[in-house]
Amino acid sequence: MKRKIVQIIAFGYSNAHLLNFKGGKIYQGKWKRFCNPGLNCYSCPAAGFACPLGALQAVNGSMEFQFSFYVVGVLLAFGVLLGRAVCGWLCPFGLIQELIHRIPSPKLKLKKIFLYLKYLVLVVFVFMLPITATNYMGMGKPAFCQYICPAGTLQGGIPLLGTHEELRQTIGALFSLKMTILLLTIVGCVLIYRFFCRTLCPLGAIYGIMNKISLCHLEVDGYQCINCGKCKNVCKMEVAPVREPDSAECIRCGACAQICPQNAIHVGKPFRQTKWLTKKDKQCRDAKEAE
Amino acid sequence: MSNRTKCFARMVIAVIACVFIVYGTARGELEIVLNKAVNICLECIGLG
Ligand code: SF4
Ligand code: SF4
Ligand code: SF4
Repeated sequence: MKRKIVQIIAFGYSNAHLLNFKGGKIYQGKWKRFCNPGLNCYSCPAAGFACPLGALQAVNGSMEFQFSFYVVGVLLAFGVLLGRAVCGWLCPFGLIQELIHRIPSPKLKLKKIFLYLKYLVLVVFVFMLPITATNYMGMGKPAFCQYICPAGTLQGGIPLLGTHEELRQTIGALFSLKMTILLLTIVGCVLIYRFFCRTLCPLGAIYGIMNKISLCHLEVDGYQCINCGKCKNVCKMEVAPVREPDSAECIRCGACAQICPQNAIHVGKPFRQTKWLTKKDKQCRDAKEAE
Repeated sequence: MSNRTKCFARMVIAVIACVFIVYGTARGELEIVLNKAVNICLECIGLG
């Protein structure tokens, strides 16, 4: 419940300019030079900040620069502080996917191999193509936005095309491709929890790598854990928190901490260390308990 | 990764992040971001 409230507040501050939907305008104020921590399209009429992925590709593909120190610095800062807690608590498109997953249907598990796809998308579509596929002026296009991003289609494409006749007249094959990806994403999210986050989102890939060292992390007290497996079973991201508390897939949602009967898991305690029990430690603990 | 290594890595990356943000800001990247973000991005909406 606490997480949902934070997610709704984060959604609200990211998309505060709701009145813009009426005329199909987008917010043009100075705050748009700052990046949102999560995925939120800057072409959405309500968006108040820049999308970090869009901003990264814009600078990487610009005439002046081929690498954005500013956006990479912002992502490293969010990553080192929060890691994928950004996904679990602050990302507007993460919340949208969680809501879609509530639609009643059979729920499926994701094959592990698909988790690696997002790293490929990050390297090829966010870094390589905007820098290498340039026009005669040396400008590259934001390939992830152009060919993949369902957040752009949902938050920017649909409301803007709905309100602008002149834009509707230019719809072509690219829009059909992006609508198909959006529909597949929606169906995927109905069936599989956070389907897009886990398979395709380059931002999730970046924060996932940062999970290994982020200040906000998962703390497992091996002395308390009785290996009941409840934490693993409750995790919708299919993480085993006792075995891999720093997993790139953990969004720090806290569900495992809540369900643990031993109170052995904690989220966001930066300075405590995960304790691992050896077999001998466990025997000692059991002996003590028996006394 | 031990806790010490993690702490060290955190500090190094935090410093790198700050240096990157300051350097990127100083060389005018914010204006490129702003310019892109305040105009409708045709690629984002599926027309570009
Ligand atoms: S299309 Fe996607 S990646 Fe591009 S700016 Fe919009 S939300 Fe960000
Ligand atoms: S993986 Fe991407 S879309 Fe999902 S919550 Fe994280 S930043 Fe948002
Ligand atoms: S349930 Fe635990 S392991 Fe799974 S995503 Fe949430 S915090 Fe991470």
